[in-house]
Amino acid sequence: MKYWRQPLDREEIKVVRGRVEVIKDRCKGCGFCIAYCSRGLLVMSRKFNRKGYHYPEAAQPELCVNCHFCEVICPEFAIFSSEADAAGNQPPVGE
Amino acid sequence: MTTAPAAALARHPHDDLLRTERIPHIWCSGCGIGIVFGSLMAAITKSGLPRQDVAVVSGIGCTGRMAGYIRLDSFHTTHGRAIPFATGLQLARPQGKVIVASGDGDLLAIGGNHFIHAARRNMDLTIICVNNFNYGMTGGQLAPSTPYGAKTTTTPQGNPDEPFNFCALAAACGASYVARWTALHIRRLTNTILEAIHHRGFSFVEVVAPCPTAFGRRNKIRGALDLLRFYYDRSVVKNHIAPGEATIDFDHHLVVGKFVELDRPTFLDHYQMVNRGQVEAWPATGVDASAAGQRKAG
Repeated sequence: MKYWRQPLDREEIKVVRGRVEVIKDRCKGCGFCIAYCSRGLLVMSRKFNRKGYHYPEAAQPELCVNCHFCEVICPEFAIFSSEADAAGNQPPVGE
Repeated sequence: MTTAPAAALARHPHDDLLRTERIPHIWCSGCGIGIVFGSLMAAITKSGLPRQDVAVVSGIGCTGRMAGYIRLDSFHTTHGRAIPFATGLQLARPQGKVIVASGDGDLLAIGGNHFIHAARRNMDLTIICVNNFNYGMTGGQLAPSTPYGAKTTTTPQGNPDEPFNFCALAAACGASYVARWTALHIRRLTNTILEAIHHRGFSFVEVVAPCPTAFGRRNKIRGALDLLRFYYDRSVVKNHIAPGEATIDFDHHLVVGKFVELDRPTFLDHYQMVNRGQVEAWPATGVDASAAGQRKAG
């Protein structure tokens, strides 16, 4: 991100990283998540899912900031994001 | 990175409230009902209510399928009769929350009388009305919400009737919580549904949702995304405006917001007061027999 001056607390502010996941076989290819992704990281895949729809995939997964908007706008419950560490891996889930 | 653990982890946050064995659902690609359903599930999760205290009742129609997809006590009633069923459920178990999720045709066309009388009595129900401006499931026929001049299967030349303003109707009938959003106001919609669930009394939330297959296609707004944006771009947030002025006017303003929030005794409150003899005899001023006939007619 470009700043006209460097914020004083730039080193302390941590940008949240997220990881977006698509449940391919639920998708019906409406494209809402692609149109409304705040970071524009999703694109429509050229591949088809089991029902014959194109589904979204993360073209630049490192841009995800875990805003959950794809998750709330998806009418098919087919995409969601979760918090990830700096390398883009999910923290271990305690069962 | 291997794919197998990722697939095992791919569990949507709503999956514990969804009957996942029935997903993918039958709603068309780009249908707004899925967004509203997601908001409803998010609101139920946020409310922190025990699962056994929430029930979802729906009628017939596309939106009526919601009851079949949610993993809670739910019932898919006959056409238009979601509110009477929910009334019975609410009175039998007043500590629970009953949510009625249905479409405009089910709630306000065939179920119109049930709706106005439940609002008049201030039944403690939460009504979520997904308004897609037509009867989507049966092929896009004219509904009481279809805008003037809009084309449907049964009005190929354009709709000659004036539509209902559901929020004004609900408020005029005595609903104590009335709000309207479009399907793209997702965060506000979730907060409103949460407020409506916690509100004691008849809470009505109308959601303007796209129906690209049956409504958009006949009115030259073919894409689901175009229809979603069409509603959102015309919407103006006006909270606490008089409900009569909260019009759905696509040329000027599609007014959204929270219009009514009142604290009014519910049906059960009144019923218990009457049964305990806490209500004075009618009329409250009493009848003076000696004064009868004193006033001249005319």
